[in-house]
Amino acid sequence: MIRLEKRKEPSKFWRIANPFLAVVLTMLAGAVMFAMLGKDPVVAIRLIFFDPIFSDTFGSYSRPQLLIKSAPLILIAVGLAVGFKANIWNIGAEGQYIMGALFGAGVALAFFPAPGWYIFPLMVLAGAFGGFLWAMIPAILKTRFNTNEILVSLLLVYVAEKILAAMALGVMRNPDIAGFPGSRDLRRYEAAHNAELFANTGIHWGVVAALIAVIFAYVMMTRHMLGFHVQLAGQAPRAARFAGVSPARLVVICLGISGALAGLAGMFEVSGPGGQVRIEFATGYGFTAIIVAFLGRLNPIGIVLAGLLLGLTYIGGELGQMILQLPGAAIQVFQGMLLFFLLALDFQTNYRLRLSKGVRT
Amino acid sequence: MSFKKLLTAGVLGATLAAPVFADTTKVGFVYIGPVGDHGWTYTHDLARIALEEEFGDAIETSYVENVAYGADAERVMTQMALSGTDLIFATSFGYGPDMNTVAARFPNVAFEHATGYIQETDNVSLYNARFYEGRAVIGHIAGKMTQTNKVGYIASFPIPEVIMGINSAYLHAKAVNPDVEFNVVWAYSWYDPAQEAAAAEALIEQGADIIMQHTDSTAPLTVAQDAGIFAFGQASDMSAFAPQSHLTGILDVWAPYYIERVQAVIDGTWEAGDVWHGIVDGMVGFAPFSDTIPEDVRAEAEDMIAAIAAGEYHPFTGPINKQDGTPWLADGEVASDGDLLTMDFYVEGITSDIPN
Repeated sequence: MIRLEKRKEPSKFWRIANPFLAVVLTMLAGAVMFAMLGKDPVVAIRLIFFDPIFSDTFGSYSRPQLLIKSAPLILIAVGLAVGFKANIWNIGAEGQYIMGALFGAGVALAFFPAPGWYIFPLMVLAGAFGGFLWAMIPAILKTRFNTNEILVSLLLVYVAEKILAAMALGVMRNPDIAGFPGSRDLRRYEAAHNAELFANTGIHWGVVAALIAVIFAYVMMTRHMLGFHVQLAGQAPRAARFAGVSPARLVVICLGISGALAGLAGMFEVSGPGGQVRIEFATGYGFTAIIVAFLGRLNPIGIVLAGLLLGLTYIGGELGQMILQLPGAAIQVFQGMLLFFLLALDFQTNYRLRLSKGVRT
Repeated sequence: MSFKKLLTAGVLGATLAAPVFADTTKVGFVYIGPVGDHGWTYTHDLARIALEEEFGDAIETSYVENVAYGADAERVMTQMALSGTDLIFATSFGYGPDMNTVAARFPNVAFEHATGYIQETDNVSLYNARFYEGRAVIGHIAGKMTQTNKVGYIASFPIPEVIMGINSAYLHAKAVNPDVEFNVVWAYSWYDPAQEAAAAEALIEQGADIIMQHTDSTAPLTVAQDAGIFAFGQASDMSAFAPQSHLTGILDVWAPYYIERVQAVIDGTWEAGDVWHGIVDGMVGFAPFSDTIPEDVRAEAEDMIAAIAAGEYHPFTGPINKQDGTPWLADGEVASDGDLLTMDFYVEGITSDIPN
């Protein structure tokens, strides 16, 4: 007879081991799926996990691309993780990402075509402010009216998407190209272009910002009083109140930080790899970052690894489609498996399986 | 572009572009949607399969689905070029800036951009189909067959391509039915079955008894089938999804053009061009007409198809006024391609506004 037993304390070992185990299980289950699709499973797994980094043909191009794809994921996930630790659930990072991009691009388009070193820093500030502002809506509604921040932040994503479409079709539309939605290409406006800092490395300001955010979050969570309050509020809300932690203040801080970072990610994307404000600008970084945050165990260092891993499956997934003709949907299933296995495995962090003799009465 | 960037691009291009030519010609496709959409992307993939049948072992094709505009598109095209692809078809208008960026880096690779408008290097070719010719025909059928005099139109994005389709369909419905009204709903997506179905339901609620779509899924057709009204398919023959409702549909037929362009690459005669093909070239076709279309309407539609193909009739022939009443085309005047490709206004009689 197999019986479940709750652990007295969550297992530290499994907390760390589970993500790695989930990756291995995903590879195995993915290999079975690819084999069922009639593709060579070994080649498929190699294409997705190794070729983007080690292939002679693609490596020199896709290694930098890995940073470009992962940086926004990491930047957003680091902010989300702070809130998640305190049981404050910002699910609407995608919306804050969009608003950050719109604010940042708005500054650039207002100055166009003037040169000036100060334009880009202003865009950075505007981007962070845009995301912050959008996150303040669920924050204030929660602290004032006790609304559910999960619902409000999520629904605001759809509002942000409508604003994005309106901007791409209206105010921000490129006046030089008749009839087509979409703003000017910011990559072709030197003062606003978030270019590579070193040629062919993929390192742009967004990558630098992600790195700074990771270090900042790590120090805050381990060394600073605020980090302690966040963890306390998450693990023992009553104790936190006795310790003088104001829940309302914490909601504002956590949503504010994650909103600002998501806004920054949007701004760095629209002024660099994305290039312009267009209706289809948002491709789901804000949602994927939720997976990254959990896969990284809400730990800044873990998030870096998780972000790189997810970036890898995107780029490798494209190679798999291109070279092996794997269907796009199979790649999405493959990425979904990663979270599925992790959540399933996390069960054994809190519970253990026991073999027991006799019949339970 | 600064001198430094030019230099980097040049060096990168020189180092990356070296090992391109091999025995088999490699052809890559970048798709905006899934190959199973039964609409736009599906028809491009049909043409890709037709290429493989035509050329056999002489070519190798590959494709990537659901590629977003921007960084993702740039990366996919670069990886294709790096893997030795000789010819890349990118099949959505938003790929323009990305394709031109990649094309500048890989001067030895040929690029073909469907419905595009940016051509910065001499290895970027543009091609498009005159779908407004097809819209004229289905507009005529809709005008004849509607009982409620309300036609529902599911539009994707307010770009010239879509606006000219609405205008063409409306003008030809109006010509045979002065009481006809068009209700336009914008889905802001090329492929979103849920949203398209919701749009169809809303249009039916407002009294439409015929649905037209400029989006790619079969969802509006199945909604029409359930509601017992008529609808037109899009891009491919969708009659199997709504046997009773499906009247006909405009077909996107890319294979002849793709075969011609691949042959040119094999022969070494490929050059960038800018073509806009219509019914006469075989790029715009029609799904089989349903038996529910009355005999006389069918004959009129077939006459119109023949007249357009023969060059005797242009769907945008004056007199046509703009929505605000100002004259656009004088009596007998034919719209220029330039006017059509930048069209950002409705013709007189359409009551809603183009979103801006």
